[in-house]
Amino acid sequence: MIDQSIASLAKKLRDKEISSVELTQDYLARIKQYDGQLNSYITITEEIALAQAEAADKQLAQGAASPLTGLPIAHKDLFCTDGILTTCASKMLHNFVPPYESTVTGRMLASGTVTLGKTNMDEFAMGSSNEKSYYGAVKNPWNLDKVPGGSSGGSAAAVAAGLCVAATGTDTGGSIRQPASFCGITGLKPTYGRVSRFGMIAYASSLDQAGPMARSAEDCAHILQSIAGFDANDSTSAEVDTEDYTANLDAPLTGLTIGLPKEYFGDGLNNDVASAIQEAVKEFEKLGATVKDISLPNLNLSIPSYYVIAPSEASSNLSRFDGVRYGYRCEEPKDLMDMYKRSRGEAFGKEVQKRIMVGTYALSEGYYDAYYLKAQRIRRLIKEDFVKAFEEVDVIMGPVAPTTAFGIGAKTDDPIAMYLEDIYTLSVNLAGIPAMSVPAGFADGMPVGLQIMGNYFSEAKLLNVAHKFQQATDWHTKNPSLVEGA
Amino acid sequence: MSLEKQDVIKIAHLARLSLDDSDAEQYQQSLSSVLDLVEQMQSVDTDGVEPLSNPLEAKQRLREDIVTEENRREAFLANAPQTEAGLFLVPKVID
Amino acid sequence: MNWEVVIGLEIHAQLSTQSKLFSGAARSFGAEPNTNTTLVDLGMPGALPVFNKEALRMAVMFGHAVNAEIGMTSVFARKNYFYPDLPKGYQTSQMDHPIVGKGHLDITLEDGTVKRVGITRAHLEEDAGKSLHEDFHGMTGIDLNRSSTPLLEIVSEPDMRSAKEAVAYVKMIHSIITYLGISDGNMAEGNMRCDINISLRPKGQTEYGTRTEIKNVNSFRFIERAIYTEIERQADILEDGGKIVQETRLYDPDKDETRSMRSKEDANDYRYFPCPDLLPIELTQEYVDQIASNLPELPTQKAERFMSEYKLSEYDAGVLSASRAMADYFEEVAKVAGNAKLAANWVMGELSKYLNTEGKDITESPVSATALGELLVRIEDNTINGKTAKSVFQAMWEGEGSADQIIDAKGLKQVTDTGAIESMIQGVLDANPDQVEQFRASDEDKQKKMIGFFMGQVMKASQGKANPGVVTPILNKLLKG
Repeated sequence: MIDQSIASLAKKLRDKEISSVELTQDYLARIKQYDGQLNSYITITEEIALAQAEAADKQLAQGAASPLTGLPIAHKDLFCTDGILTTCASKMLHNFVPPYESTVTGRMLASGTVTLGKTNMDEFAMGSSNEKSYYGAVKNPWNLDKVPGGSSGGSAAAVAAGLCVAATGTDTGGSIRQPASFCGITGLKPTYGRVSRFGMIAYASSLDQAGPMARSAEDCAHILQSIAGFDANDSTSAEVDTEDYTANLDAPLTGLTIGLPKEYFGDGLNNDVASAIQEAVKEFEKLGATVKDISLPNLNLSIPSYYVIAPSEASSNLSRFDGVRYGYRCEEPKDLMDMYKRSRGEAFGKEVQKRIMVGTYALSEGYYDAYYLKAQRIRRLIKEDFVKAFEEVDVIMGPVAPTTAFGIGAKTDDPIAMYLEDIYTLSVNLAGIPAMSVPAGFADGMPVGLQIMGNYFSEAKLLNVAHKFQQATDWHTKNPSLVEGA
Repeated sequence: MSLEKQDVIKIAHLARLSLDDSDAEQYQQSLSSVLDLVEQMQSVDTDGVEPLSNPLEAKQRLREDIVTEENRREAFLANAPQTEAGLFLVPKVID
Repeated sequence: MNWEVVIGLEIHAQLSTQSKLFSGAARSFGAEPNTNTTLVDLGMPGALPVFNKEALRMAVMFGHAVNAEIGMTSVFARKNYFYPDLPKGYQTSQMDHPIVGKGHLDITLEDGTVKRVGITRAHLEEDAGKSLHEDFHGMTGIDLNRSSTPLLEIVSEPDMRSAKEAVAYVKMIHSIITYLGISDGNMAEGNMRCDINISLRPKGQTEYGTRTEIKNVNSFRFIERAIYTEIERQADILEDGGKIVQETRLYDPDKDETRSMRSKEDANDYRYFPCPDLLPIELTQEYVDQIASNLPELPTQKAERFMSEYKLSEYDAGVLSASRAMADYFEEVAKVAGNAKLAANWVMGELSKYLNTEGKDITESPVSATALGELLVRIEDNTINGKTAKSVFQAMWEGEGSADQIIDAKGLKQVTDTGAIESMIQGVLDANPDQVEQFRASDEDKQKKMIGFFMGQVMKASQGKANPGVVTPILNKLLKG
């Protein structure tokens, strides 16, 4: 049952071949069986899930079901869920139970999904390996010695291991695409503003975007249909109509122009990853697409630009965690200053504190122009590179990451090396365009993700392109063999 | 660009993060290496390039001036470390 | 040494919107702690601000009222600092691109001269909550009802040279914002607060001295006293050869002194940057023009109209237009009474006297403008005379009813029936034959002095109700025989 698509599960539910309660029980059993090894969930909401499944079965019986009704899914633990612990994988929020529902999770509930639990992640979404969680590292289901990627590593691992039908993730600098790539699943980061940020615990407000992580482009399309669209509660939400994301999945790709930026295939790209990407591109040519070499000349600058802008916004966004109204407060503070410093110093992990300090420094008097403003100017150059490229091509393709999943602990001593791994994903967030990671083969037994980038609000096109590829290939249907254990 | 330990202590204070001596040295190194990484920006000529803070460059939407929320104090106070008489309590504030 | 004082002011005015600047919570005063709060006002994780349309309109109105450039693109920025009543760890404000740019206004000084004061800028920002220092086991209580309430911060140029000028400026700002109806300007409730920047320099020197900032002064009287006190403190230091420390100070009205606020000192790197949760506000010329054309009459315009329309003196027009409430009250009285001069005299005289005695604002007057107007109608139509009217007013103030009810109940109606008055006068003359004899024997000058005696007797006989205008000619006729 676990390798079924959303469409076929939905059909089975409608045809009463299985009930939502049974399906939910299956997934809960799998979580118990395998998640002890993977650690992909922070919170499992068994009772809530079963109650939601019962309600879904009633809806299904009344014939009032959406394509997602009764499907057990998981949410990254930075979406506020009313009455359900929401930790952001931080000691800071180890006891935080939101009094409200985020727009994303609210819309999924309205679509009738069943919430299995909240998935593990890098603390406050800061990381690319999911080793920086207060609740422990998540392991890659394809190889337990490897990282699942991050920051949405729990969601990626859970989907790959069949511990949920699909999951939500968020992507600030690659946090949906890179773990999707490392775990061999399909992930979509929509256009900035396509999905509401209301109720998403912010990392970097001008970069953060929620999106689906699932077993196929078609599954992603169903989830996106539920969560996308304007939200009056988010001033940065785009007032642009949504499309029917499943309607044109099968449209032929003849005449599609694919741009291959030379900067995505230069030094630093692992050879096996490069071959897998090139093979995938050939597959698209077979499907009728033409390929064009292009250049995104400021790609290298996306790393410094991102590592100024994201920490700057984060340093301010994370100031609200002060031990006053919610979250962790240190024991017996001597005075107010002591309460602030120890609450924050004791409850934020080292990586989070480091980024807060980088941002604090970049915004401080005398440095603002040289760091923050400079980074924002470079951000415009990066955006303009994409705008120019999309005058010539329909989509841009390249790798998601320079390598496949690396070993747990392999890069913890060299954080800068870890930052450099983000080279292919950051520019997409800086420009605000949509992009996907699609399974495109294996290197050394680990999945390789193909990145497909599109113009603003071209999610339907991206999903169509990815779907046609998945009709022609079977990389997305491969499953890791799991190891049981507590 | 490398930071002095004193800089790190000042930044940590601004950011309200407690810092012991060994932390300060560790952060001195790791912050300096991040600053080195971002230093390459300075070699790019960005004269005449406007900073971009929102990728869509959209404009602010306006909300009607209507009261839409009701009192949910008990739910809002439920997560607080310490409350009394409907107030959040903190160590004494001295002006 | 002869010092020149240089004063600039930052005034925070709370805007009279229904809801808050960035949330749909009610903006209110005096509610139970934390009952007017939302996710946004509490800085809950994941909460996002959405900007209030009305606050924008109000800010643009103010811009027009002080002849300022309107920021066609204005940007919200975050001002980062930690304070328990600042829930997000930053205040959403405006820095590089305020909604209101350079402008100016004119103030009239006591000697009648007019002085122009520059407005540097005015920007929108959110207010913080309140720290309650009553003792909660040695802790402080935080109430966030005020959090995210809209403020307009109005920054002046350092153009004022005395405490009196500063107060005149603050009063003019108060008058403008209340005229525009964008703020109630209630200083006692903290809805209008003043930060005062003061420095001294030797007379004749062009560069400014080191300044101090006195925070949150909340009455006209305290502004004046705080400035005097601070001038004295700075002068003492400078006379002794010392240096002024640039710092934030607090005025203590009980001790009439300012003291340093050390807690604010290390928070001076605010790390402003554009708020990524909010987008630039773009205005169209049409929007800005439409607000300009619908601007209500402003204090100076109103004073000019009072002079031309009601023929009031410059002084009277100035007093009556100082506050919109006073001006509206006066105009209503004048309309009902049909005599603007009489209305002006009563509003500035009797009414103001009662208000001052009881420390009441005109909006709290127990006698409404219409009621006072109706009283004046009774003077105008000779139902009562001015003296009686004062006693009727007192009764009205004490809640005994309308002018007509009181006149009826107390039988104060003037007698104007000439026949009745003639017989009353005849009665007085018959009762005082000696005086009549004496009158008739006197020359004209003497008679003029004596007529007062007969007048008094007639009024006494009529219990004050005889109309003097009717009595005088009849009395003259009968006396002369």
